[in-house]
Amino acid sequence: MDQSMTSAPPKIRIRDLHKSFGDKKVLDGISLDVPQGTSFVIIGGSGSGKSVLLRCILGLMTPDSGSIEIDGEDVLAASAKRRDQLRSEIGMLFQNGALFDSLPVWENVTFGLLALNKLTRANARDKAGAILEQVGLAPSVGDLFPSELSGGMQKRVGLARAIAAQPNILFFDEPTTGLDPIMGAVIDGLIVDCVKKLGSTAIAITHDMASAQRIGDEAAMLYKGKLVWQGAAASLMDSGNDYVDQFTHGRRQGPITMELRR
Amino acid sequence: MDMVLDLVARTGRATLSLIRSAGALALFALAGLSHILRPPFYGRVFVRTFLETGFFSLPVVALTALFSGGVIALQSYTGFAQYHAQSAIAGIVVLAVTRELGPVLAGLMVAGRVGAAMAAQIGTMRVTDQIDALSTLSTNPMKYLVAPRLLAGMIALPLLVLVADVLGVAGGFTVAVVKLGFSPTAYITATLNSVKVMDVTVGLVKAGLFGFLITLMGCYYGYNSKGGAEGVGSATTSAVVVASILLLAFDYLITDLFFSQ
Repeated sequence: MDQSMTSAPPKIRIRDLHKSFGDKKVLDGISLDVPQGTSFVIIGGSGSGKSVLLRCILGLMTPDSGSIEIDGEDVLAASAKRRDQLRSEIGMLFQNGALFDSLPVWENVTFGLLALNKLTRANARDKAGAILEQVGLAPSVGDLFPSELSGGMQKRVGLARAIAAQPNILFFDEPTTGLDPIMGAVIDGLIVDCVKKLGSTAIAITHDMASAQRIGDEAAMLYKGKLVWQGAAASLMDSGNDYVDQFTHGRRQGPITMELRR
Repeated sequence: MDMVLDLVARTGRATLSLIRSAGALALFALAGLSHILRPPFYGRVFVRTFLETGFFSLPVVALTALFSGGVIALQSYTGFAQYHAQSAIAGIVVLAVTRELGPVLAGLMVAGRVGAAMAAQIGTMRVTDQIDALSTLSTNPMKYLVAPRLLAGMIALPLLVLVADVLGVAGGFTVAVVKLGFSPTAYITATLNSVKVMDVTVGLVKAGLFGFLITLMGCYYGYNSKGGAEGVGSATTSAVVVASILLLAFDYLITDLFFSQ
């Protein structure tokens, strides 16, 4: 938590964020600083509010109360136009890829660039090939449709699409879920390379401990809408925190109780 | 006493929920329409949807129109022959087809074909996060997904109905000439004498409105679907059922407005 002492404002600053769906409190007073250039990993069980937190920062959901600042600018108070602008500086890798299945891979990858008019359609195919090579795919993959790709390839294309506009913030929603351990490690490696190359600030949410340690510099744990621990990602396995210990070691006994009923 | 209160409470809740849904739908429709007028415009999505709605619905609409025109000729012959008024058949066919059967049947067929497909496609995009992905890629989903579809529906349906009008009359003509022994020239002359610009125009206005309703329902239910495959399934059903009912209700209203005197 010592990053708050540095003089530069954090890239992303979240204060006392609340969000409920009906009676269920999904975010219950989250405060978080993500310094510029850091890879921040948020761990937590299913339904702990990880995805909702990312969606709030992206502006896909509006929190009930609290503040979100990016580079010191209050996102929630910004105009709709400014929010669109801010959002275009964030790349997101969705949990299941969320590739547009009606469009070929090359158009998926260059979709954001085309939308921002940073690219003409005539050049898009070549550009897509170059971006696909960055994530270890052959340019010819660009002509396939998402449904023709394996899970690992879809993740790579999703990553290519997220980094295409060279965003200065990157979000990863469970990047290794549904992949075999080796492919998971490969994707993690690509994520680390991309984040380094772009110099971006990254937030990844995951419940894969190996992945969290490979991707993250900093880590935090969410439980029932609250941050119960924050520290270096390297210390995840020996944090001394009861919640983190139970989670990282997958123990049935501990402070975390599974709520089977919603 | 409790039962009465319970009943009142239920009625109140149902009414509130109905008003809320109607309001949400109205806002959705307004947002969709306003995006039609404001750039950027997604020409490719429009062309693709227009072809899907208009061009690829042609066979279905054509067959529907042909058979219904023929049926009208056959049925009205049975009725009118009793009064030796067979000569009115051409007029009945052209009136029924241009005023009602063309727009309504084309609308119902397109609601089943295109409205369902739109709800399923947009619904799947919703539950697989593709709509959120659009937002993260500097693209407004209302503008990209909804506006071009509404526009395509409003343009494609009148064109389809124009085709349905011609083929409906052709169906009546075929039955009258081949089966009922009418003279082709007499039938065509009678048709030309009975066709009214007003009837055709109002039919096309109806068609434009139906096109809007069908695509609106497809987009609205798809856009708001949740809960995986089951959610998409019920969104598809709702889109077709609600579009069909609204279509018939508005058909009555417009008919009442233009032809009731």
